[in-house]
Amino acid sequence: MKQKFNIIESTCVPLPLENIDTDQIIPARFLKATDKEGFGENLFRDWRYDKQGNLIKDFVLNDPTYGGEILVAGKNFGSGSSREHAAWAIAGYGFRVVVSSFFADIHKNNELNNFVLPVVVSETFLAELFDSIKANPKTIVRVDLPNQTITNTSTGKSETFEINSYKKHCLINGLDDIDFLLQNKDKIEKWEAANK
Amino acid sequence: MNTLFDKIWDKHVVQIVEDGPTQLYIDRLYCHEVTSPQAFDGLRARGLKCLRPDKIFCMPDHNTPTHDQDKEIEDPVSRKQVTTLAKNASEFGLTHFAMNEKTNGIIHVVGPETGLSLPGMTIVCGDSHTSTHGAMGAVAFGIGTSEVEMVMASQCILQQKPKSMRITVNGTLAHGVTAKDLALYLMSQLTTSGATGYFIEYAGEAVRSLSMEGRLTLCNLSIEMGARGGFIAPDETTFAYIKGRKYAPTGDDWDKAVAYWKTLKSGDDAVFDKELQFDAADIEPMVTYGTNPGMGMGITQHIPTLQTIPAAGQTSFVKALDYMGFQPGETLLGKQVDYVFLGACTNGRIEDFRDFARIAKGRHKAENIVAWLVPGSWKVDQQIREEGIDKVLAEAGFEIRQPGCSACLAMNDDKVPAGKYSVSTSNRNFEGRQGPGARTILASPLVAAAAAVTGKITDPRELL
Ligand code: SF4
Repeated sequence: MKQKFNIIESTCVPLPLENIDTDQIIPARFLKATDKEGFGENLFRDWRYDKQGNLIKDFVLNDPTYGGEILVAGKNFGSGSSREHAAWAIAGYGFRVVVSSFFADIHKNNELNNFVLPVVVSETFLAELFDSIKANPKTIVRVDLPNQTITNTSTGKSETFEINSYKKHCLINGLDDIDFLLQNKDKIEKWEAANK
Repeated sequence: MNTLFDKIWDKHVVQIVEDGPTQLYIDRLYCHEVTSPQAFDGLRARGLKCLRPDKIFCMPDHNTPTHDQDKEIEDPVSRKQVTTLAKNASEFGLTHFAMNEKTNGIIHVVGPETGLSLPGMTIVCGDSHTSTHGAMGAVAFGIGTSEVEMVMASQCILQQKPKSMRITVNGTLAHGVTAKDLALYLMSQLTTSGATGYFIEYAGEAVRSLSMEGRLTLCNLSIEMGARGGFIAPDETTFAYIKGRKYAPTGDDWDKAVAYWKTLKSGDDAVFDKELQFDAADIEPMVTYGTNPGMGMGITQHIPTLQTIPAAGQTSFVKALDYMGFQPGETLLGKQVDYVFLGACTNGRIEDFRDFARIAKGRHKAENIVAWLVPGSWKVDQQIREEGIDKVLAEAGFEIRQPGCSACLAMNDDKVPAGKYSVSTSNRNFEGRQGPGARTILASPLVAAAAAVTGKITDPRELL
């Protein structure tokens, strides 16, 4: 999943619900795998399929009108369980960006660690984006990581978003935290010696 | 500035990456079978070992069945996760508390009760309820699997320092009102995102007078307000609880440790990014009516009406009530329920069983109720038997199951069927959390016991 990141232009999948928790993103019964593969198929499982396993036609992921690499969700996305399987499911399904006005902490880190970019926008930007997608499902959103901007090309409105330069560097270069930490082993040993 | 959180955090800083995160040293990593296999795989793929295997402890708990633990787990997928953890622990040289050994239980129950989780420590686990250990006066928080791998490889984690919040609860909790009610009340006031980005220090008379069990319950639920974690400054209650436990320091080390632990409090001049005050007298036994833990109310209250919900939240509110089969504006008192679950890292401790037994004593389980009483660990189970609580419960028609997470997330076979109502002492009432279509009402052990003996939502104060 170490995909380098630069500029992404894509249509969006809208999910205008608040407080979407990680149990909805990937229900607990799918946590039984011991690897990271195949979670995308069960992303939002219980909203996508009914109890008999039939497609729930009006759920947005089952609606061919919508598609793209950007998921747009209501406030407080990814609350609840810390399961990284939620991020694996989102990445596995093919999303590279999640846009919301607010993310739960652990989930946000999990997305970043799996090369999915969480973009925090203002409530107004989010509301307008949902409106644009509703009016025109082919609305393109442009996410420019180097310049830290997100643009709704339907309205031309643009916002900057925050990301610390360390994480940005990692995403752009396809590096992860372990690579970094292992380069710093001497500092770890120094800390241990001082804190016996 | 000068908060207890700062003190513990700052002491563990290895370095601050320029315009980036902080590299923080971790004293304890706990692993369970669900969120660790991919981390072990990652290490193998990179050809790495665990840097400090003596600081890592493994415990299967999510998948363990609550019966026949001496036999192989029936479900092949659950069995695979549990055996994978055992294999990984042995390959990487880590301490492993195997299923059905008397040291096993839910990691968030066992960590504190064995003295593994101590004041002043940094503690992480691939599990959001790691916040529980904050009750010991530690900085404890849940992490993702990539971060588990990070800690295994380097005993460090990269984190942004969270903001600090102090929640002070003044006064005393009324009769029949427990730490769980306090937590559910705070959540109903703050919502499930009200503390996102913060670490919470709980303070005030109502918090200080909680037992360790109560404090563990309160800190457990910090994550449900969105916080990274929550903790309580250690005091005599904490020290008395830790003393003599298996991994607690002894002799001279004990005295030194206590002397240090006594310094672990926020300064009088401490400045928090946010301060909130509540009055314990405002709290009554709580129940949830929706599909997130913030949707709670006093047991005698009514579900809000749609008009009182802000516009942006109305769709989610309607969806939640639809799922629960409840009407806006109605009361839950007298609602018939089907299942009762006592257990989880929230309320699977001895005090919770004592509370449940107080109400069950001399009464009988209602006909319509299926009850699962699941101790949080074998040690709790042993205490239940030593105190004779098992007999009281058996006379009332209740059976005690074997320890584990159980119906808290229904990864084993304790699943609530679709459409059924469950009064649960766990921490999450999300859609499908206790089984696909299950309808969860979160509550304290007292409310759970009252439901178990009356078959419906009942104010426990009438039975005490
Ligand atoms: S009891 Fe529930 S919340 Fe606690 S660790 Fe187990 S599954 Fe998680």
